[in-house]
Amino acid sequence: MNNFEYIRPATISDAVTAAAWPGAAYLASGTNLLDLMKGGIASPSRLVDITRLPGLDRVERLADGGLRIGTLVRNADLAHDPDFATSYPAVAEALLSGASAQLRNAATVGGNLLQRTRCGYFYDIASACNKRKPGSGCDARDGESRLHAVLGWSEACIATHPSDFCVPLVALDAMVEIEGRAGRRELALESLHRLPGETPEQESVLEPGDLIVALRLPAEARAFALHGRYLKVRERTSYAFAVLSAAAMLRIEHGTIKEARLALGGVAAKPWRTRTAEESLAGASPTPGAFHRAAQAALADARPSGNNLFKIELAKRILVRTLTLAAAGTPDRIPALPASPFSVATGALHVA
Amino acid sequence: MNFSISVTVNGVRRDVELDDPRVTLLDLLRERLDLTGTKKGCDRGQCGACTVLVDGRRVNSCLALAVSHDGANVLTIEGVSRGDQLHPVQAAFIAHDGLQCGFCTPGQIMSAIGLIEEAQTGDDPERVREAMSGNLCRCGAYAGITEAVLEARQSLVTSNQRRSA
Repeated sequence: MNNFEYIRPATISDAVTAAAWPGAAYLASGTNLLDLMKGGIASPSRLVDITRLPGLDRVERLADGGLRIGTLVRNADLAHDPDFATSYPAVAEALLSGASAQLRNAATVGGNLLQRTRCGYFYDIASACNKRKPGSGCDARDGESRLHAVLGWSEACIATHPSDFCVPLVALDAMVEIEGRAGRRELALESLHRLPGETPEQESVLEPGDLIVALRLPAEARAFALHGRYLKVRERTSYAFAVLSAAAMLRIEHGTIKEARLALGGVAAKPWRTRTAEESLAGASPTPGAFHRAAQAALADARPSGNNLFKIELAKRILVRTLTLAAAGTPDRIPALPASPFSVATGALHVA
Repeated sequence: MNFSISVTVNGVRRDVELDDPRVTLLDLLRERLDLTGTKKGCDRGQCGACTVLVDGRRVNSCLALAVSHDGANVLTIEGVSRGDQLHPVQAAFIAHDGLQCGFCTPGQIMSAIGLIEEAQTGDDPERVREAMSGNLCRCGAYAGITEAVLEARQSLVTSNQRRSA
């Protein structure tokens, strides 16, 4: 790990000033950043520790029915907050399907949004990686690419965004509040992450010094509480990143889908909302045929980036399954194995 | 640049001068405070061998910077027994053969203590297994570990009920 200057500012504005320096990075819990620094993948010259900044660790219900989640709220605390888990069950299930209990106890909301890809070539500093070292090439293209992107990728980069949390959030129109050198602004989470194009090293639209201070869910996001699921295919039973995942949230009235929210994870460099599939379900009955049509629409533009053609068919199937389970109703309690495609209402078996 | 930090470890306040901001909480415990019960397995947050409780919550100490934990209250495997009287989780690991080589055991036990405190699993073995999935055991003692956690949880819940009755 490279050495660095350690700064622990007392105010948000001091933090923004300190982090605007070239080579500076924010440190919250560090569960991703320290791992990257130990591997030599990230080497910030300055760490700006935001863990003591006041007021960033609260969950507040807003007067307009929305919810504001401070950037330092821990993943586990949010997932186990009874009001949160009841109101946004797919988000709670996504959170609990990520990482391990130890990591969820430490990892923060803002850190989850900004975590880096888990592409093995990004992590291996002996490999060519345009994201880690712009212009060096992409060893994933001719390498082990079965887990890589099938949507939104470019010749320069085929990595995926690893967050579970972001997948239902982006479908629920979550907003991020950002404090920067020019003051406070907000932006849709969907616009936070960038697709790789020719500049895969630019992963978000954040400017130097920009600090995500909060995440906000609009009042309408509660309308999907009765029919919300998140499913995640993993290569081992638990404690693994997604091969791919899907969030499906439905508002059903008198047997008709009034509104659908759908997003995929592990398929692109950003959480992938699929509006055409959502629109195909509006006004439809929750039937297998409607779900298959939605899945076809969601993956219409997908193409393999390497040895991963199977992910396109798998994504369709997992979307249909997630929609089927969402239509059946949010379970009273998150299954024993959260987000497992093998779970039944009473709980998931580890050996399915 | 030096950093003066103060952490409470197993109930004892420790004032430490750090000459390097890169020291992790794990290395602080092992290398500076000679508390080598907490193990360094992968050192990358993947195996759980370094699990300790920070302010009552289980975390991976390998992915925590010591300098960022100024003022924290840390509980390690060295602090869970009362003299010769083992913690109920320690006793249950022995009773159920929840270990073979023992390297992952301090992390398993600290994780189990954290799990019981979190109170999310009830007596469901599937939920216990999922909640312990951040602790790898390469000897494969998982069956005994799950039984040990379930039994220790039950005995702690029962004794807490007796105490509050």
